Amino acid sequence: MEPIRKHEGLVYPLNRSNVDTDQIIPKQFLKRIERQGFGQFLFYNWRFHHDGTKKEDFSLNQPKYNGASILVAGENFGCGSSREHAPWALEDYGFKVILAPSFADIFFNNCVKNGILAVTLPEEEISQLIQKAENETYHLTADLENQVIYDNEGFKTSFEVNDYQKEMLINGWDDISVTLTHENKIKQYESKKVGV
Amino acid sequence: MTQPKTIVEKIWDQHVVHQEKGKPDLLYIDLHLIHEVTSPQAFEGLRMNGRSVRRPERTYATMDHNVPTRERHIIKDAVSKKQMETLKQNCDEFGIPLADIDHPDQGIVHVIGPELGLTQPGKTIVCGDSHTSTHGAFGALAFGIGTSEVEHVLATQTLWQASPKTLNIKVNGELGTGVTAKDLILAVIGKYGVRFGTGYVIEYTGDAVRSLTMEQRMTVCNMSIEAGARAGLISPDETTVEYLRGKRHVPEGAAFDEAADEWLALASDEGAVYDHTLEIDASEIEPQVTWGTNPGMCLPVSASVPDPAEATSDNKRAEIEHALNYMDLQPNQPISDIAIEHVFIGSCTNSRISDLQKAAEIVRGKTVHSSITAIVVPGSQSVKLQAEAEGLDVVFKQAGFEWRDAGCSMCLAMNDDVIPPGERCASTSNRNFEGRQGTDARTHLVSPEMAAAAAITGHFTDVRQFTSALQH
Ligand code: SF4
Repeated sequence: MEPIRKHEGLVYPLNRSNVDTDQIIPKQFLKRIERQGFGQFLFYNWRFHHDGTKKEDFSLNQPKYNGASILVAGENFGCGSSREHAPWALEDYGFKVILAPSFADIFFNNCVKNGILAVTLPEEEISQLIQKAENETYHLTADLENQVIYDNEGFKTSFEVNDYQKEMLINGWDDISVTLTHENKIKQYESKKVGV
Repeated sequence: MTQPKTIVEKIWDQHVVHQEKGKPDLLYIDLHLIHEVTSPQAFEGLRMNGRSVRRPERTYATMDHNVPTRERHIIKDAVSKKQMETLKQNCDEFGIPLADIDHPDQGIVHVIGPELGLTQPGKTIVCGDSHTSTHGAFGALAFGIGTSEVEHVLATQTLWQASPKTLNIKVNGELGTGVTAKDLILAVIGKYGVRFGTGYVIEYTGDAVRSLTMEQRMTVCNMSIEAGARAGLISPDETTVEYLRGKRHVPEGAAFDEAADEWLALASDEGAVYDHTLEIDASEIEPQVTWGTNPGMCLPVSASVPDPAEATSDNKRAEIEHALNYMDLQPNQPISDIAIEHVFIGSCTNSRISDLQKAAEIVRGKTVHSSITAIVVPGSQSVKLQAEAEGLDVVFKQAGFEWRDAGCSMCLAMNDDVIPPGERCASTSNRNFEGRQGTDARTHLVSPEMAAAAAITGHFTDVRQFTSALQH
């Protein structure tokens, strides 16, 4: 997993709440057995017509959001299915940071495992950011080390992050290797409680 | 006296392997269920890092999401076929028991776990599937995980978890005749929305919950995730113990009695403290129908579709407008006027034997409305066999339903059971998200009884009037 310390990028606003993982990546694309290559299917039913042609009016298809890497969305982002294909698709498409007033639990965890920084910000700040990104070419910087998000027009806000998740993200750690440093304890637990 | 504890605290304390300040706890996982869709990348990860499966005997696999439900040996879709073959190869390579498509135990992962007695009170259970909350009906701590976590559990039999907050949903009173466990959980989500459970484990308590059967409890716990909660559970009682007696993977004889005592002791103590409590009155609940594009957009069948003009905020208005547009419904249209083209009875929410029995009671001797295609997909091959032994298949087929093999089927339409664009389905599943049952398909979630009644009349019909009409 790629470490993420600080990221500066173009903001894409998705002004909807309860965006579920069925929207992020529809089920017809869950059949692949690889982890890569899901970006082309991101928000598929919103981005494409039945015949596979682009829906030009869907915001993400507008040229001004080409290269966007920071997604700002409404509350309860990522609800529904546990499919990790959702963060895989977001990451593969180019999103490194997601800002929302709240996230669904499983989705949030899946982001951490994939080096995506998901940040909860107050609803008013999110609306403000969405508005800016709808009206202009808007860039933000997310600084995980110092736990702040800012632009170069004077907006700055701090955010909360759990220490463990911060450590994982900053170092790009694979947590299986971390866990295996506790293997003795797992063995002890098994011999005591569940039998070997 | 020791501090009274909730069942969640008790299970948690029994499973902590490692604890460190400022970090989540490392929890031991007793049972890991896997299926073909969310596991291939996890096994690939193990191989890439030269890791093995720590406890293959605590892992159990089945095929459900992709499997065809008719002519099941002809898998037309090459990619689905590949995914199923990959699961088989992975299970062979790592020594994991698998109920594949030819196996008599095959079925939806959340139907077969309880059926085989793999699901037991006090266990920590995970699966790369958000409806793992279903197993909470037994007083297990069961929750969905992503594929990276699947890999983590395969490799270590543990997971890092921050201890959850607890939410007590106390359901007082009694459900009325014709009102089901599905209506109960839909009504809760309809009232409190799709995110109130985020960060919590829900414990369902109260008289109405105590009087539910195990299968009804599974329906309730199944949809905890639709309220945002990763897990929902019910303290074990005699109903739990009796259901498990004689199941294949539970102990027998004296060992069973011993296990039963341990299970019963897990129940939340009198006076245990929850982070939050909500109380609702079961007697006020009516049969429910969802009208929108998430399970919280739900109303009694006697109500009318909401009017965006009456929304309390701009955001709400936009949300309702968007949903009505997708669902092709008019503001203030009575729900009972909504005509449907498809009926799906199935999914891990409502595909167990009692669900099929209840639906069969409604359709017995009747005919499916001429404009409707209706299918019944049992949750497991074993449910299917039992239903056939009881003659339910004949009841359904004579009425005009198709009778299928077990799988997830039209719940998420990954196989070829798909609703065509623009068509409308009364479904006993758990999600009415846009495109869930097919691109641009429109889903209304209901109980099996309500789905059966709608199949006969062609539109949503209060099953209570339907049954009383039958009696006269
Ligand atoms: S029946 Fe539906 S909700 Fe249940 S496991 Fe299958 S796809 Fe998921």
